[in-house]
Amino acid sequence: MSTLAQLVIHDRSGDAGGGAGGESGCVADNGFCPSWIVDHFDRYLHPFWQHVYLSVIAVVAGFLIAFGLALLAHRRHWLVGPIIGITGVLYTLPSIAVFFLLQPITGRGALTALIALTAYTLLILFRNIITGLANVPVDVIDAARGLGFTDRQVLWRVELPLALPEIIAGLRIAATTTVGLATLAFFAGAGGLGGEIFADITFKSNVVTAGVLCLLLAIAFDVVLLAIQRLLTPWMRALPIERRRRFMLWRTNEAVTA
Amino acid sequence: MNFGGAIDFIFHARESRAGGTEVGGSQLLPLIGHHLLLTGVSVAIAVAIAVPFALWLGHIGKGEFLATSIANVGRAVPSLALIAFFVAYLGVGFENVTLALVLLAIPPMLTNTYVGVRQVDRDTVDAARGIGMSALQIMRRVELPLAAPLIIGGVRTSVVNVIATATIAPLAGYVTLGDPIIAGGVYGSDGQLGAAILVAFIAICAEALFALLQRAAVPRGIRISHQLSGGTS
Repeated sequence: MSTLAQLVIHDRSGDAGGGAGGESGCVADNGFCPSWIVDHFDRYLHPFWQHVYLSVIAVVAGFLIAFGLALLAHRRHWLVGPIIGITGVLYTLPSIAVFFLLQPITGRGALTALIALTAYTLLILFRNIITGLANVPVDVIDAARGLGFTDRQVLWRVELPLALPEIIAGLRIAATTTVGLATLAFFAGAGGLGGEIFADITFKSNVVTAGVLCLLLAIAFDVVLLAIQRLLTPWMRALPIERRRRFMLWRTNEAVTA
Repeated sequence: MNFGGAIDFIFHARESRAGGTEVGGSQLLPLIGHHLLLTGVSVAIAVAIAVPFALWLGHIGKGEFLATSIANVGRAVPSLALIAFFVAYLGVGFENVTLALVLLAIPPMLTNTYVGVRQVDRDTVDAARGIGMSALQIMRRVELPLAAPLIIGGVRTSVVNVIATATIAPLAGYVTLGDPIIAGGVYGSDGQLGAAILVAFIAICAEALFALLQRAAVPRGIRISHQLSGGTS
């Protein structure tokens, strides 16, 4: 039942024996060995895709839930406080603890990790969506009503498009955070790059390879979401650079204060 | 794994699975002590570095890009990777874990302090300058108190993050409440779950404590003006 028993601890000495003289020297000295990384890169591929799977599913599921909650709270404002309170508690619980707290209920595996990771994204996403909707100028909504838009049309054709920068900002924060937290998902038996780091934590080549892959994954999600935002909000590009930077700063602040 | 066994582990010592030593119950107290000590030291060092630096950056109005970038990069670096990097390159021990946790704690405080100072009404700062306050006095007696709630908000985020990450400190050779979680073979699954419950409990307590502090840090004058304007915070 122990965590350690389910992890494969990589045997470095065995790897070194099969390599060339220079390489085994590097591995034996625990150096940073590019040739070792090239030779053993395959072992990171499966954990990498597990990591991608966990992160994508958690963010998408979290977004769907948070989006539903935000639409509900947008109509019934008294719900905002309780929802922030509950998702705030979920956000405060250390992920590593939750990966264990869920195990008596959902067992070990990807499902447990996904529930925990999804729960983490809720606060960030809900807060950003609801802030985005609240920031839509009242005049614009009045103008839309004046044109004869129904509530539903106002929401989907005016409010949501104008809230997009905040919504995508929330998704970017949620995605990078989730990629980071998913490194602990192996504690729930869900694999991911964290398992590789843990398997040989003193070996520089291993730690750097797995760590850099995590970082690249986080950056990749961020770039993709940024590109989506640029495509969906062409009007933002018309803003002067100074206002865009102010907006960025404000957004980061939103993310940090609980 | 079940909750009953975990609760029993928290309150009553038992023999370790390998035998020989006692685990759980009162044996958890040193682990809790280490966990809190590591958190306290790391956060204190991070506050001493991040708050004055960001206060100064905010005062002179430079480094906006730096403040946002550090926050973004800080979020993207997984805590496990950070700890592992320190273990692989600097070795194990209290100092090395502390250093890693300090790096983890700095970004939220830096960003929050910076934003807190920048949000101070420019007229207020001009008025302070007009009555002859020096730059240092403005920072200490005007900008710092007005930014205090946001600064404490940053500390709160950092404290909760550090409590969570201190759980993996045993990987770097410093035994905290994470030990039962990581060394499940010694403590058994009750120990893993029990320690997880304790870590979660400590994080919630810290969060609640700092939420109260944050509320208490709102300067009285601001509190009154908020009440008058219907509290738009």
